[in-house]
Amino acid sequence: MYKYNDFDEAFVRNRVAQFSAQVARRIDGSLTEEEFRPLRLMNGLYLQLHAYMLRVAIPYGTLDSRKMNQLAMIAEKYDRGYGHFTTRQNIQYNWPKLPDVPAILSDLADVEMHAIQTSGNTIRNVTADHFAGASADETVDPRPVAELIRQWSTDHPEFQFLPRKFKVAVSGAKEDRAVIKAHDVGLYLREKNGEIGAQILVGGGLGRTPMVGKVLKDFVALDDLLPYLEATVSVWNLLGRRDNKYKARIKITVHEHGIEEIRRLVEERFAQVKPAFGGIDMVMLDEIRAAFAPPAFRSAPTETFDAAYANDPLFRSWADTNLAPHKAEGYAIVTVSLKTPGQTPGDASAEQMRVLAGLARDYGHDELRISHEQNVILPHIHKSDLPEIHTILKAAGLATANIGLVSDIIACPGMDYCTLATARSIPVAQGIATRFDELKLEHEIGPLKIKISGCINACGHHHVGHIGILGLDRAGVENYQITLGGDGTEDMVLGDRTGPGFSYDEIVPAIERILKTYLELRDSPEETFLMAYRRLGMAPFKAALYPAKESAHAA
Amino acid sequence: MPRPFTPKAITANALLEGDVIYMSADGIWVRDLCLAQVYTDKETAERALAEAAKDGSVVGAYLTDVKPTENGPVPTHFREEFRRTGPSNYFHGKQVAQQDATHV
Repeated sequence: MYKYNDFDEAFVRNRVAQFSAQVARRIDGSLTEEEFRPLRLMNGLYLQLHAYMLRVAIPYGTLDSRKMNQLAMIAEKYDRGYGHFTTRQNIQYNWPKLPDVPAILSDLADVEMHAIQTSGNTIRNVTADHFAGASADETVDPRPVAELIRQWSTDHPEFQFLPRKFKVAVSGAKEDRAVIKAHDVGLYLREKNGEIGAQILVGGGLGRTPMVGKVLKDFVALDDLLPYLEATVSVWNLLGRRDNKYKARIKITVHEHGIEEIRRLVEERFAQVKPAFGGIDMVMLDEIRAAFAPPAFRSAPTETFDAAYANDPLFRSWADTNLAPHKAEGYAIVTVSLKTPGQTPGDASAEQMRVLAGLARDYGHDELRISHEQNVILPHIHKSDLPEIHTILKAAGLATANIGLVSDIIACPGMDYCTLATARSIPVAQGIATRFDELKLEHEIGPLKIKISGCINACGHHHVGHIGILGLDRAGVENYQITLGGDGTEDMVLGDRTGPGFSYDEIVPAIERILKTYLELRDSPEETFLMAYRRLGMAPFKAALYPAKESAHAA
Repeated sequence: MPRPFTPKAITANALLEGDVIYMSADGIWVRDLCLAQVYTDKETAERALAEAAKDGSVVGAYLTDVKPTENGPVPTHFREEFRRTGPSNYFHGKQVAQQDATHV
């Protein structure tokens, strides 16, 4: 875990002091809302439908028990006893009061956390593979690079008034678990001829105009990486469309100018900025790297795990879905589901946060991760500890065995909270999860990613869901469009729209029809929904969704 | 032809709590839509909004469509229904705090 140095500490404390004064001036009327709004957004404070919302950055999704306990304390002291983990590995508090926000930020600073650049037209919180440093398929740990980018991008003087927001994600594993190709800039860290570097993708993004990221450069060595990033953002900063908010993201710039031209301009700019770095970035990276040294893994027998696996069906089911292969022998990565059917995806109570913090401290080398899929990860757990951990999770309502299944749904806050939303998403997720729990079909259906957004901005990543759901306002009524076949991995595909949308009452039955069609038509249980869709195409699912229309055509 | 004016109420969020508020007939902000003043002509509504928006204790005042009923105005759009009630996933927001009309 990276520890703040004196500079970080002073910077965050200064910002708390600045923002505290700004809040005071807003409350006494010296600042108008128009003047205050950009200041509060720079500090992660939104005004939503029912209340303010504070978005706290969890850099590359990494926490320790001290930070998690503090998040729990804040949830209880200033909010309603829970927090919402988001698809950008942040945590959002839905009910803070304006006069309390300076105290919250000060409490966050006490544990080296902040809400800086979680909003506004800046480089946002850097996200990463949530299995970083643990996964068996990883070649390069993305966290040191992510931390370097965090330091570089925080309060970067050139990039405080960008044309629009800018999101960076980093992965260093074979499997892309960080939706790299849906970011303004995505980095695949890799090794080439004994040297570490990155493939740089640019211009990916979901939202109103979804696009898959394009390769800007196939390999940039580590010591050129930060200058190359700076050159990329710098080129866009000048070229990006400031005349039209909907055309301002770099994906549109790349689309309008072409990747070759962007590449040429970036190379040109790179030649200018590279000398200014003078190697200081590499000195910093070396210091950062030391903070991410792997923990001292122990070598111990795993019989307790084997016995529980053989004898306890609940444990076995949980182990089968919620564990992932670890790079160290005898270890596993635990994904703790925040998706118990009927609950709000991504929400954790203060008590649950404390339980998770305790597990990390007592069993997990004091590490926790938040995934973009809105679950919590214990990245380093020795298998012999798993039966005990499972028992503790069960008691806290955190042992749901559903990772990667129907009910492990991504959902944005939607119109239950968000001012931008055009329809609700949370109750749709709750409805689907509850329905398939009743049907007891979840494990039969197997791997499936359902992703729900409550507006076209696509915080719920619906375009890359195997089944995507987009909530819209159609003539004053909630209406849900379905897309099929999306894929958020390294082989990113945007889903295809099935046709006309469904009303709030029809959307859960519509999903049920899709999945029953899949069960009828799949080759074998080994053929996942996504594989079956690729083989079968849209037609059978369309027929299941719109039967009346099909027969009308036939007649 | 301009669209006929439909009944409106003035709504905003409170500066300190951030919660949803409405302008009452007495010219004070209230937490409950059924106590809101309903404006039936455009000019009066816009004048009242301009006045209300000057209040430093509120944020983002605007006119919203309502339907007058025996029990006071009700929303015509689902977004305003959620603002009036609170979120659907928890019993939070106005649904717990169905308090009497209080001053901001």
